[in-house]
Amino acid sequence: MKAKHQRLVLIVIAVIALIAAGLLAAYALRNQASYFYVPTQMVEEPPAVGQAVRLGGMVQAGSLQTLADGVTVAFVVGDGDNTVPVRFTGILPDLFVEDSGVVAEGRLGPDGVFVADNLLAKHDENYVPRELEEMTEHQRAKVVAEAEAEAAQ
Amino acid sequence: MHGFANPKRFLALAKWLTPLLLVSGIVLSAIGLAWGVLNVPPDRLMGDTVRILFIHVPAAWLGMGGWTAIAISSLVFLVWKHPLASLAARAAALPGAVFTAVCLATGSIWGRPTWGTWWVWDGRLTSMLVLLFLYFGYMALAQAVAREGGSSRIPAIFGLVGAINIPIINRSVVWWNSLHQPPSITMGKSAIDPVFLWPLLIAVVGFSLLFGGIVLARMRALLADIQADARLRRKALGNEIA
Repeated sequence: MKAKHQRLVLIVIAVIALIAAGLLAAYALRNQASYFYVPTQMVEEPPAVGQAVRLGGMVQAGSLQTLADGVTVAFVVGDGDNTVPVRFTGILPDLFVEDSGVVAEGRLGPDGVFVADNLLAKHDENYVPRELEEMTEHQRAKVVAEAEAEAAQ
Repeated sequence: MHGFANPKRFLALAKWLTPLLLVSGIVLSAIGLAWGVLNVPPDRLMGDTVRILFIHVPAAWLGMGGWTAIAISSLVFLVWKHPLASLAARAAALPGAVFTAVCLATGSIWGRPTWGTWWVWDGRLTSMLVLLFLYFGYMALAQAVAREGGSSRIPAIFGLVGAINIPIINRSVVWWNSLHQPPSITMGKSAIDPVFLWPLLIAVVGFSLLFGGIVLARMRALLADIQADARLRRKALGNEIA
């Protein structure tokens, strides 16, 4: 075996070992490195009452309501399987709407309600222009068909 | 592989390829950015803030691409002792670091209105910050070796080891719950509407060409430096003998 090939084999083995080590570390970290709990985790293994944690999930449609004092909002965060009720007093971020992602920083109260000190809105991977969003599926198909017919001419 | 190990042949190629890459890169980047900033409708949720996409994503792509280039060059240098490979790695470090910094800065500016915070310590943001620090470490190491003397293998090994961070950045939003969105473009599928996707692709290609041009220009400068050094040394030796 030439020295060149020896070096290549040695380095490839070293890099593979390194990547394996890195992946194992990342895998072991998968819970600790998560930025927030999802509702299922919070229901199955609830954190200690009063412990500062983050809760992330979707704001359930129709669950958002403003309480009598006018500055406190209550809503339900769900992940499809489980839900956690949340209360928050303060200014809501612009992107905070029903049916969209949210990360709440706060603590679980003794009554099972998550009391948030801070809300962060989570943007998903979809980028859709406003005009298209407001159209129905049918209108959208029509616009696309018209554009295609125009291009074909 | 060794065809371009000859600096003369490399310089002849780089001489016309450098301006070609720089000019086409600047033109395409300008088209992509202008299109994205001026001629794209607002996003359904983010409104006009979506325009940061067209600089944030290309910068992130090249921040990671820069280290990938360092890692591949380091591998070529370590295995084949290709002399230009270690120069290529050194040349890619500074533009890679700049793009990483641009990605972090624009991401932070984007995060304030969108998420409601400038910075969070989630997996994606943290691993990207680690990449910036890796660049700083690599540049300091490569410069120390070039200036003080020492084996070029040391920065090359650092470049290879640091590459472990690249798949971690890429997968961070999939492995861990994060505030950062999951990938929009995966295996030929895109969750980005075509009106945003086209200018984005143009900007990414433009930034990449620009990156290639900058790396070639820096390699030429480094080679010229080495030649000037060698000439001065020869002259000094000649004086001593005379």
